Amino acid sequence: MHPCGNFRERYQQELSVFTTDFGRIWTGIGILLLITLVPLSASPYMLYIFNMIGITAIAVIGLNILIGFTGQISLGHGAFFGVGAYAGAIFSTALHLPMLLCIPAAGLTTALVGMIFGIPSGRLKGLYLTIATLAGQFIIEYVLIHWESLTKGTMGITLPPASLLGLSLRGDLGFYYLIFISLAGMVWIAVNLIRTRYGRAFIAIRDNDRAAEGMGIPIFRYKLLSFGISSFYAGFAGALWAFYMGSITAEPFNLGLSVEYIAMVIIGGLGSISGSIFGAVFITLLNEALRFMTGLLMNSDLFSTSELNIAPLREFVFGLAIVLFILLEPRGLAELWRIIRSNFRLWPFSY
Amino acid sequence: MDRILLQLNNISVVYSDVIQVLKGVSLSVEKNRIVSLLGSNGAGKTTTLKAVSGLLKPENGKVTDGTILYQGSEIQNQSPETITRHGIIQVLEGRQPFKYLTIEENLRVGTATRWGKPYRQDLERVYHYFPALWERRRGLAGYCSGGELQMLVMGRALMAHPELLLLDEPSLGLAPLVVKEIFRIIRQINEEEGTTIVLVEQNARMALQIAHYGYVMENGKIVMEGSADDLCENPDIREFYLGMSAAGNLKSYTEVKSYRRRKRWL
Amino acid sequence: MDFFIQLLVGGLSVGFLYGLSAMGFVMIFKSSSVLNFAHGELIAIGAYFFLAFVTWAKIPILLSFLLALAGCFLLGILIERIFLRPLIGEPLIFVVMLTVGLAAMFKGLILFIWGGNLFTYPDFLPKALGIDWKIIRIPPVYGATLIIGTLFLILFGLFFKFSSQGIYMRSVADNQRAALSLGVHVKRVFALSWAIAALVAGMSGMVLGIINGVNVHDLSGIGLKVFPVVILGGLDSIGGAIIGGIIIGLLETFTGGYISPSLRDVVPYIVLVLILLLKPYGLFGLKEIERV
Repeated sequence: MHPCGNFRERYQQELSVFTTDFGRIWTGIGILLLITLVPLSASPYMLYIFNMIGITAIAVIGLNILIGFTGQISLGHGAFFGVGAYAGAIFSTALHLPMLLCIPAAGLTTALVGMIFGIPSGRLKGLYLTIATLAGQFIIEYVLIHWESLTKGTMGITLPPASLLGLSLRGDLGFYYLIFISLAGMVWIAVNLIRTRYGRAFIAIRDNDRAAEGMGIPIFRYKLLSFGISSFYAGFAGALWAFYMGSITAEPFNLGLSVEYIAMVIIGGLGSISGSIFGAVFITLLNEALRFMTGLLMNSDLFSTSELNIAPLREFVFGLAIVLFILLEPRGLAELWRIIRSNFRLWPFSY
Repeated sequence: MDRILLQLNNISVVYSDVIQVLKGVSLSVEKNRIVSLLGSNGAGKTTTLKAVSGLLKPENGKVTDGTILYQGSEIQNQSPETITRHGIIQVLEGRQPFKYLTIEENLRVGTATRWGKPYRQDLERVYHYFPALWERRRGLAGYCSGGELQMLVMGRALMAHPELLLLDEPSLGLAPLVVKEIFRIIRQINEEEGTTIVLVEQNARMALQIAHYGYVMENGKIVMEGSADDLCENPDIREFYLGMSAAGNLKSYTEVKSYRRRKRWL
Repeated sequence: MDFFIQLLVGGLSVGFLYGLSAMGFVMIFKSSSVLNFAHGELIAIGAYFFLAFVTWAKIPILLSFLLALAGCFLLGILIERIFLRPLIGEPLIFVVMLTVGLAAMFKGLILFIWGGNLFTYPDFLPKALGIDWKIIRIPPVYGATLIIGTLFLILFGLFFKFSSQGIYMRSVADNQRAALSLGVHVKRVFALSWAIAALVAGMSGMVLGIINGVNVHDLSGIGLKVFPVVILGGLDSIGGAIIGGIIIGLLETFTGGYISPSLRDVVPYIVLVLILLLKPYGLFGLKEIERV
């Protein structure tokens, strides 16, 4: 049980990830269910959605480290995701590295790229930096399409069939395990990163960078580090995505993707790791539901004449979701989840 | 009771729903007078002014208790736009000019409450009180000296034809001669325009010289009040605010501290 | 040489358009420091309003133009009232993301009503507005653009320099607290700046629509071009926006003409990064007057 009030006596308690055994046990049960029950009972389509959520969640956690914890708004995350995807594909096709190496290597490459595009953060703050990352987005997009000797331009790259330690990963199920083990690992790293001096430095920079500098935190170095870590997550997710999809082109890694990632961070909850996962789940499900709905409406007789006019509804609803969340619950799904949880915990005597 | 322009009845102010700054402040301001609010840092002087002018609102503060009567009607917790249109203008602490506007444009912002009415004459009037501004009227306010800025912000407030002018620390960070000049003008405005002025000051000596009445605040409460002459004579005031002890020299800090702690129970 | 002059004229005209589109953006940033990602959509909405009045309602051109401007003005007020006012005092990222959400909503709405096809206005401009010397050829549209744009620029210049409301708007941008203490209606100023910004955006949308035809994807894409333009000119300088626009326009056409057409669209952003690194507040942005 949670005591009413703050009765922590040591720093270890303050830093603990789970405040109660209850939470620890339920997290364990949840992970167990995800590993055992889901793959057995889910259809391939469901598994596909789970996989997309997992990949997206990794990328969003990365972005949340940058935006939610370090306070640097980046509009280039979609492009970094793309860099990861291309790096993974190129390592695999040109250098014939095994997948197990390709994915982290892609993450590291993207981290390097991210740090290069994070250099403006040394001199720029706030919205100016956001615009600089926007420029980064367009420049990376351009390079991905026009560096033909490396990326094969608009043709895209087809990856060899994925295999892990000699075993071939076939279908959605194999990837399901790979993606969720990666996600669990990445969450573990992120949660613990925030508890270290690096995480605390990030938060200090977010809250007041002048003061942080005064306290002796080399802010430029930490900002770069944050860009690097966040891009590593994006690149890792991108490479996973590339292997999962089997072939890639530069098209999906546009500004829309970056915006979608930021939307997930905000809808999930700024500065909350679990919120990032919620955000990924929410937007992915929303996208799928809207796709399903539009498909349904187009096939029905009602709209057969004006089928073109239904697709924009997706765009509209997506925008509406962002607007409503910002206006009604700016702290996102993580906050809603906390409220629900605390209501249940103390039910029927919630105070 | 006709003569009373502004009356605060036992008001409490809370910031962000947790920090209580004013704990029951009552004071009244008569028409055409200069009333000065004295007290050390954090006593709640500025908060009192903001409670009157409505500027608490954007800072997440609220009058939770008590009433503020201005010309007989309650004005607590109204928006600054409404209150300024009643004729209450606050001159903020630290001057706060519009740095990228010229002096004259700065003054014109003061006409916001009377938008659409002619303002030429008001400009003349302000230049009459502050001839220094006339010389620099085309220059950016950002490049003015502290004294000029203080004149600017007071002139800006005058443009609004205030009935009640709330001045927050006009002497802050200014050279003694400039302070003297500023206070002379404050007195002049009060006499010539009939503007009622509430003056918040650290510089008690200067403030009591021009004020008619004074209140002393400590820890969010009014601890003492009286006419300016009475306050000047009061031994405590002489001791702590005017820096003159009965023996004519300053007492040591420890003594002051214990004395003050005792006084809080008053 | 002919080619060079052609590019020069083309670049100047395109750049002037960019500058015009950026003016509204700068206005919002100046008064409330909000980065408006829905600017491209506001541009598009102006063009579609005009389209609706001209082709659906068949109202005379000039009246349609004015009606469309009025519509944009109202829309700006509504946006501020409904979406932005509740967010006063919230962190900037929320406000910025809100405009992103608005952009998606508006785009969806436009696509829903008009679809993604290309529309054109009926031809109505007199030929006399164009210039046709041997080397320099300026189509009438650009002549009209130059006239309208200059007119608006002068009008807004006068408005901000001399009118009381303009001075109040600048005072809010300068020091919100002080403006509040003097009784400036800060919320009204925000609403007004959104309204004017939407109006200017809509106006540039109509002009763009006359030149290139009306298509929501093209028009909202201009909203992203605005960023390099305003960074070049300084985020808070309206005149700078025009000059920034012209520089970006020239840069684009010359890269397109001499180096490679594909590089054309990305050059502004490369320049943008360089400028941000070398001169963070743009060429014409206000230098911070800092005093303690």
